[in-house]
Parts: sequence; structure tokens; C-alpha cells
Amino acid sequence: MFARGLKRKSPEDGEDMEGGLAGARATPSYSLQRQSLLDMSLVKLQLCHMLVEPNLCRSVLIANTVRQIQEEMSQDGTWRVVAPQAAGRAPLDRLVSTDILCRSVREQEGERPAPDVGDGHTADLVPGLAVVPSAQALRSPQSSLWEVDSSRENRGGFQKSLDQIFETLENKTSGSVEELFADVDSSYYDLDAVLTGMVGSTPSAHANRCLHPASPAASLVG
Amino acid sequence: MGEDTDTRKINHSFLRDHSYVTEADIISTVEFNHTGELLATGDKGGRVVIFQREPESKNAPHSQGEYDVYSTFQSHEPEFDYLKSLEIEEKINKIKWLPQQNAAHSLLSTNDKTIKLWKITERDKRPEGYNLKDEEGKLKDLSTVTSLQVPVLKPMDLMVEVSPRRVFANGHTYHINSISVNSDCETYMSADDLRINLWHLAITDRSFNIVDIKPANMEDLTEVITASEFHPHHCNLFVYSSSKGSLRLCDMRAAALCDKHSKLFEEPEDPSNRSFFSRSSPPFWDLNMEARPIETYQVHDYLRSKLCSLYENDCIFDKFECAWNGSDSVIMTGAYNNFFRMFDRNTKRDVTLEASRESSKPRAVLKPRRVCVGGKRRRDDISVDSLDFTKKILHTAWHPAENIIAIAATNNLYIFQDKVNSEMH
Repeated sequence: MFARGLKRKSPEDGEDMEGGLAGARATPSYSLQRQSLLDMSLVKLQLCHMLVEPNLCRSVLIANTVRQIQEEMSQDGTWRVVAPQAAGRAPLDRLVSTDILCRSVREQEGERPAPDVGDGHTADLVPGLAVVPSAQALRSPQSSLWEVDSSRENRGGFQKSLDQIFETLENKTSGSVEELFADVDSSYYDLDAVLTGMVGSTPSAHANRCLHPASPAASLVG
Repeated sequence: MGEDTDTRKINHSFLRDHSYVTEADIISTVEFNHTGELLATGDKGGRVVIFQREPESKNAPHSQGEYDVYSTFQSHEPEFDYLKSLEIEEKINKIKWLPQQNAAHSLLSTNDKTIKLWKITERDKRPEGYNLKDEEGKLKDLSTVTSLQVPVLKPMDLMVEVSPRRVFANGHTYHINSISVNSDCETYMSADDLRINLWHLAITDRSFNIVDIKPANMEDLTEVITASEFHPHHCNLFVYSSSKGSLRLCDMRAAALCDKHSKLFEEPEDPSNRSFFSRSSPPFWDLNMEARPIETYQVHDYLRSKLCSLYENDCIFDKFECAWNGSDSVIMTGAYNNFFRMFDRNTKRDVTLEASRESSKPRAVLKPRRVCVGGKRRRDDISVDSLDFTKKILHTAWHPAENIIAIAATNNLYIFQDKVNSEMH
């Protein structure tokens, strides 16, 4: 879907399809969409985690999507992770480890991302987490080295959070749910209004929103 | 957790007060029996409703064997798993009819965790003239009995009795998504997200695990089982599908645990067309040719540009079932906006129809619909942006012999017949 409708750059020397695809992937609209997709997926995974009994098929599909994006971004060299600003606040550790913010290399170099699609979109989805301020940290050139190091441990953190989700699917204890709820501020319940109301029931029964034709992410590709 | 139940309660009362669809009435499965005489539906409230086709009457040629309610019963109730603090939904996920072996009908119905075998019998005669009991069943005063009589069977109004014969419980850790009766009529299998169990219809305290795709580390989990079915004739063969879109054919003679498939049918990924979503279009597989499907039908092609939004509102996780006609020449599946689509494998033509009260008066011929994706738009076309994604047809069924289809649109059941069929009578 992402490859369609995007103008492909002319293939690099000696490369055919792969060069073209890599070119298509590097365009800002593609990486922005990929970014918003990643953010959406992480939020969904988080909500899965909060459910008493998550839908296994759904969780697996979302996790696969995240892994695929992660792989692609690693290949592109655009996988950059911001160390969580809230590292000092231990109780939020588990939440923040699932909130891995990736910004494309282009953004680092100062190209302005459309704020109402990229950051703004994310900020709307995840009001309770430190999203926007950490984007500023990317601007400093020295941070890139720091990020490469921390990216490894955050990737581990990301993997860890996936594990946690699957473990809870096996063996849900009320203790872990309480812990999560204790840390989350009430804005998380607003997510139910933003996304579909899936808490405690299957998503398909509660998809009571029509498609938004003016959704910015969709309109990019059209 | 408390919040979860509260939200659910609130949703229910809100729905009822505002005349929205009561959640319990949402149809969750539809299945014709082997002759097509009976049609069973299961709903979210755990009820099963069986419709019976009225015999065609020469006196009323317009009454082309319509379906009327035959029986309604509560199959499953909500349960609470105290160990895991989980509520087990009573929603009926699947119904499968057993081949009829005597006057009674039998079916299997399942929710997420428990399968039940129900026996449906008819009673249209009643014995009268007992010696010891009177009409109401009270014991007679023996001193008033002066002669003996033989009780006779007298006709009575038809009564349909449904009784649970077996309860197959505690076989599944994960949610059951399909059941399939074996051609041997003695065994059946039930599949959940990670495992498939083989049961004997007469034994409820034991089942054999024949497929287990649960990885040692749950973190390695990347696919789940989505459906499984026995071969219609070969009792040792079955197939199961996964969330990655692959099909695995297994032979139970090969091993006790059929983890190694005999054949794997997987559509190879086209690297130039990679996307994060591959909206499933039902491919047809030739059992002997595993490399590629012989036919593929794009069902939701017009949604390609909307995949991101569908992911956002969770519609991308909707599972649309497919149904075949009796001769396997036409495949049908549901879509959004209460549309459903049929693909003719011979003519390669397809049609999109709508199941809604507004557009279908009884006996009216359905008008083909079209979804346009920008570009030229004809008068009656629906733009992909105005599709209603809350109105989805997930469950459909086709009569085994005739062109009669049953479409479940949320809480409504539509039964359509082929016009040509009825004209011939």
C-alpha cells in the first residue's frame, strides 16, 4: 500500500527494483506514514496489555506490524531511539519502554516534519507520555551517538514489552493490571474515545466509528 | 477490571435506551444443515435460532419454501473463570450440523471455551388413555378404575424439543474459532488460536491434541490458527489456516501430533508489492499445486487506500467468512456497508449486492451495487469514503444444493433466493 501512489525515485546505479523501493521508502510522506503506523501500533499494544483478556490474534498481528516496521527502519538506517526522558521516574518505566519514538534521519538533519501529521498526530494519540519535548533532543548533533547506544537497550526494552504482553496473555494476574492502572493517568481513558472502545470487549463489535475521509495520514497517499 | 465490566454494562443500557442494536442480538454465525432444510444462527447472547424451510406448496406457488422459525434455545451462558478472573463470553462462535442419522437432528455449538452437542427432536403425538394417570397426569383413584385400556397415540401440536447431550469443556486455553465434524461421524475437531483438539462425540472428558503451534517462548509467536476443517471424504485429512494467510494440509496417519504439515500452501510475497497490510483476498488453491494459488479474488480492492484508517479503527481485524455454493462454482463473502460479493469462478464475473431493509423489499430483485474509488462516478455508485464500516457482513451461508443464501447483517438475517430458481417453479 505504501509503495503504491508514491512517486518512485529513479533507480540507483546498478540496482533495479530494490533501489526504486528504497527510494520510495525514503520519501518523507512514506516515513511519516510509517511513523504514525508505528505509533498507532504501540498504543494498540499498550491497550491490549491493559485488557483483562486480550485478543491473541489481534495482538499478534499488531506485534508483527511493529516488528516489520522495526526491521524496515533498521535496514533504512532510520531506526533512532530516544532515551526516555522519564527514565528517572521508575514507576513509568514499563510504560515508557513500550513508547519508543523513532524519528527519521531527515528530521534530525533539520528538515521540518509536518507537525500536524507527525508529532501532533502522535501527541493526540498519546497525551500522557512525553512525546513532543523529546523531539527537541534530536536536534542536537551530539545526541546521535548517545542514541545509538541507548537504541540497543531500548530495542531490548521494546522486545521486553512485547514479551510482557504475550506473557500476560498466558497468565493474567490482577496484580500486574493494578500496577499499570496505578501509574496511568486518567488521560488514558480518553484513548477509548479516540480509538474504538475496545476495553473489555472485542474490537469488531465496538467499531462504532465511521471512516474519517479527512484523516491526514490517509490523505497523504490518497 | 472493575472498569471493564462497568463499561460493558453501560454500553448495554445505552444501546437499549437508544434503540440501537442490542448487542446480544448480533448474529455471530450462520450454518445450513446438510440438506438445507434447516438453517441455524448463533448470536452474541449465546442463543441459537433454527429456521426450517416450509415445504413448497402447489397451492401457493409464490411461497417458494420460505424459512420460518423452528426452534430457539439458549446454548451458552456467560461464565466466569475464577482462577484467571476472566469472564467467558457466551457468544456462539460456530455451529456445525452433524449428518442426520435418525429422525432427530444434532448440532455442535461452541463459544470461546466450551463445545456443546444438542439434539433436536420433534414431538407431534402424545399417548392418551393411561390406566393409572388421568389427563393431567395425576394418579387416579384406583377404586374408580373398572376396566383396562391400551393407551393410544393421538396427534398434538408440533413441539420441538432441544436437549443438551454432551458438554465438551476444558479442552482449550485459548479462544475456539472453529469446529469441524469428521466424515466418520464419530469424531470432530475444535481449533483455538494455538491448538487443535480431536474429540470423540461420545466422550467428553478427553480429547487428543493434534496440532500445537504454541512456541516455547511466547515472544516468538508470530502467527495463530484462524480456521480448520476436515476433508469432506477422507477422515484422516484436515487443513488449517493461519493468520499469515497460509494453509496447512495435515494427515493424521503420519503422526499423532500433526505439527509438520503434509503440504503447505502459502502465497509468496511479491517483494515489489510489499506493504504492511495485505488485505486478504480469498485465494483458491489446487491441492496438488502448492506454489501459487490458481485463483485469487480481490474482495476489498477498493479499500486499498483506506488501509491505514481501517487499521486505526480496528476494522482491519474484521474476519470475513467465505461461503461456497453447492457446486463450488461461486464463492461469496461479506463486506462493509452491508454489502456482500459473489465471484463466479467460471465466468470470472462478480457482483456486489446490499443487504438492508431500505434496499430490499420482500421478493424485490436486488440491484447490483458498485463502490467507486475516485475517478468516474456513476449515479448509484457509493464512494469508498461514504462506506459505513459499522455495518459489516461477516457471516454468510449458502444452501448446499440450491441458490439460496443466508446473510447475517449485524442483528438481521436476510435470506435471498435466486430469481431464476423461483421462476422455474
